[in-house]
Amino acid sequence: MTDTTAPLEHLAAKAAMEAGANPHGEEGERYTAVNSEKNRPLYASRVKVYPKLVHGTFRRLKWLVMAVTLAIYYVTPWLRWDRGPNLPDQAVLLDFPSRRFYFFFLEIWPQEFYYITGLLILAALGLFLVTSVAGRVWCGYTCPQTVWTDLFIHVERFFEGDRAKRIRLDKSPWSMGKLARKTGKHFTWILIALATGGAWVFYFADAPTLAGQLATFDAPAAAYLFIGLFAATTYLLGGIAREQVCIYMCPWPRIQGAMFDEESLLVSYKDDRGEKRGPHKKGTSWEGRGDCIDCGQCVAACPMGIDIRDGMQLECIQCALCIDACNEIMDKVERPRGLIGYDTFRNQERRRAGETPKLDILRPRTILYSAVLVFVAGIMLFALSNRSTLDVSVLADRNPLFVQLSDGSVRNGYQVKIVNKEHSERIYRVSIEGLDKAILTRPALAGEETGTVTVGADKLENLRFFVTLPGDGVKALNGGEADFDFVVTDLENGTTATRQTTFRGPGQ
Amino acid sequence: MSEKHTDDVTGVETTGHSWDGIRELNNPLPKWWIYTFYVSIAWAVAYWIVMPAWPYLTGDGWTYTKGVIGYEQREVVTDELAAIVESRSGAMERIASLPLEEIANDPALMEVALGAGKAAFGDNCAPCHGSGAQGSKGFPNLNDDDWIWGGTLDDIHTTLAHGIRWDGDDDTRFNIMMAYGSDGILNRDEISDVAEYVLSLSGRAGDQEAAARGSEVFASQCIACHGDDGSGNQELGAPNLTDAIWLYGGDKEAIVKTVSNGRSGVMPAWNERLDEGTINSLTLFVYSLGGGEK
Repeated sequence: MTDTTAPLEHLAAKAAMEAGANPHGEEGERYTAVNSEKNRPLYASRVKVYPKLVHGTFRRLKWLVMAVTLAIYYVTPWLRWDRGPNLPDQAVLLDFPSRRFYFFFLEIWPQEFYYITGLLILAALGLFLVTSVAGRVWCGYTCPQTVWTDLFIHVERFFEGDRAKRIRLDKSPWSMGKLARKTGKHFTWILIALATGGAWVFYFADAPTLAGQLATFDAPAAAYLFIGLFAATTYLLGGIAREQVCIYMCPWPRIQGAMFDEESLLVSYKDDRGEKRGPHKKGTSWEGRGDCIDCGQCVAACPMGIDIRDGMQLECIQCALCIDACNEIMDKVERPRGLIGYDTFRNQERRRAGETPKLDILRPRTILYSAVLVFVAGIMLFALSNRSTLDVSVLADRNPLFVQLSDGSVRNGYQVKIVNKEHSERIYRVSIEGLDKAILTRPALAGEETGTVTVGADKLENLRFFVTLPGDGVKALNGGEADFDFVVTDLENGTTATRQTTFRGPGQ
Repeated sequence: MSEKHTDDVTGVETTGHSWDGIRELNNPLPKWWIYTFYVSIAWAVAYWIVMPAWPYLTGDGWTYTKGVIGYEQREVVTDELAAIVESRSGAMERIASLPLEEIANDPALMEVALGAGKAAFGDNCAPCHGSGAQGSKGFPNLNDDDWIWGGTLDDIHTTLAHGIRWDGDDDTRFNIMMAYGSDGILNRDEISDVAEYVLSLSGRAGDQEAAARGSEVFASQCIACHGDDGSGNQELGAPNLTDAIWLYGGDKEAIVKTVSNGRSGVMPAWNERLDEGTINSLTLFVYSLGGGEK
């Protein structure tokens, strides 16, 4: 802030400070608000980052990952999976209106949402494991924020040129050429954003049908709303906000500290080899100096706008582009590659101490993460492979607990819910076991008084059953109640579900 | 603090705040963050204007700013309820007009009827018959298979519509269990004997001699309504005395009391208060509780 624009308070405070006054005041003297007089910024403007294009192993790897992840995102809703008649043939479909999640061979009902929870737990554990082994691999390569930002930067580069050109373009006054470049860039961004939002909605409805509806403008309003919403966030986060998302919005960088340890492979500048840095003239000796020629290429390449040579920083998403940037330079100056590379804290220490660097991947931390990962995956596999297509629950009436009948027998009522997860209508035999002399009936109005019930495909049927125990059976009840089982059997494939419940009588 | 203080480890300037030597780093927030904050304030103000928001006191009591679009949650609920009634109106009309058997054979209609019946039962019947229709002394249990006035759909419907011993309805179900004791028709011993006999009807052997004497009293006084064998008569509303269910208690003391003082419980005629659709729904609901007779 220059003096000409500084408010009077600042000028006064400055004068006071120059005179040696303590803004906190001496003990027992005057007090001054500490934030009032200093030109300390509480809020910082974003400084635009102009990442430079690099070439090399990691850049190629990132292109590949980008292609694969984007392909998965855009193509998945269009994959077909035959489930038989009257069922969606979309391989991955989150069908909210009929409350089903279809995932290839899996079909998840709302009450089975714990599978999704298990999946999220697996994803979290996977993230922990990968991070403790090789740092922020998720952030650097596969996070949608990184992938889309990378794509948007590439579009920017296509229209406005590489780093130096872009900086020059932004500094130059507005012209037809600048306008055309900027318009082209934003137009392409918006197209990508719309395609992103557009692909999103296909996960929630039959993709070809919805695509047709979208083309003829008679898709549901929610579809347009979500396309708009996701287009807006994609454009904003990938095009405009970029590294701000990682630095300020995402909680992950803060969690990193607990995930890394001194044996984690992190994208690092090997200062033991690089220092002392400084410009190097071709043909002169490398004796007595480090390999870093301070060319700044690692900084120019960084999409987060940091200097990797400052060490571990929360801004660093470990995209490894600085490795490529530095390796290009090392090749030119004919020094070995890998001045910036995947390295561990311990190895830096080991090299300084003259020891041989080594990798220690099998550490208690990684072993524990792997063990828990395998354990949870095992539970998931077990649960999924034993997932029954028949679900039964039995609820005994509580009001009244039992009904005394005229011939001295006692009747209990039960709500029996039968969930048929098969894709065809099924006939179930309902019987009871473990209660001598008891008779199972259905209410007279329910029509079928026999022990079989029909449940439609993909349906839940809430049925009422009566169990009547004759007078002598009631007298024989121990403590006025007895446990017994409802047994529901699918007559077609023999699947059986057994649920225990209680018969209650008047007691002693 | 005339000079800037910089944290040694991070190299970041501190705010000057210090707590027990711990200083707060001044890592400036991005500006867009504060702008987002301002936008949310603007949003809040706009929301106050558009939607109902602030309470204030007037001469007539508390009220609130209504908002320019006139949104009212109570209105939303009213509309939703009206829509539900509307969606059911066709079904309720059919339930009111169709024969009960026909409704019972239509699962979709039956679902509406049972739902409406359950709700109406809770509103109108539960005070006497209990929330589970389990009844209590003097108020029959509607779950069981014992029916004083009959348990077919038509019987239940008649009882519901016209009530029992209900003054205002000419078609009400009516009978009198006489007060044999207080009206001086039978003496104490005769009443005790007939009570023993009634106990013996349900196989609960008491004093056999008294029961034998009581059978003569029973034959002269009771069989007209309760039948030769005491099994009752639904036409007359005479309870079955041979079964295990006793509306006013089945021990000797209770039976003596019933014979001595008579019983005349009352049930309102519900056609005065409820429409035909609701009465039909209640009929089907009560029938479905488990005791319905063919």
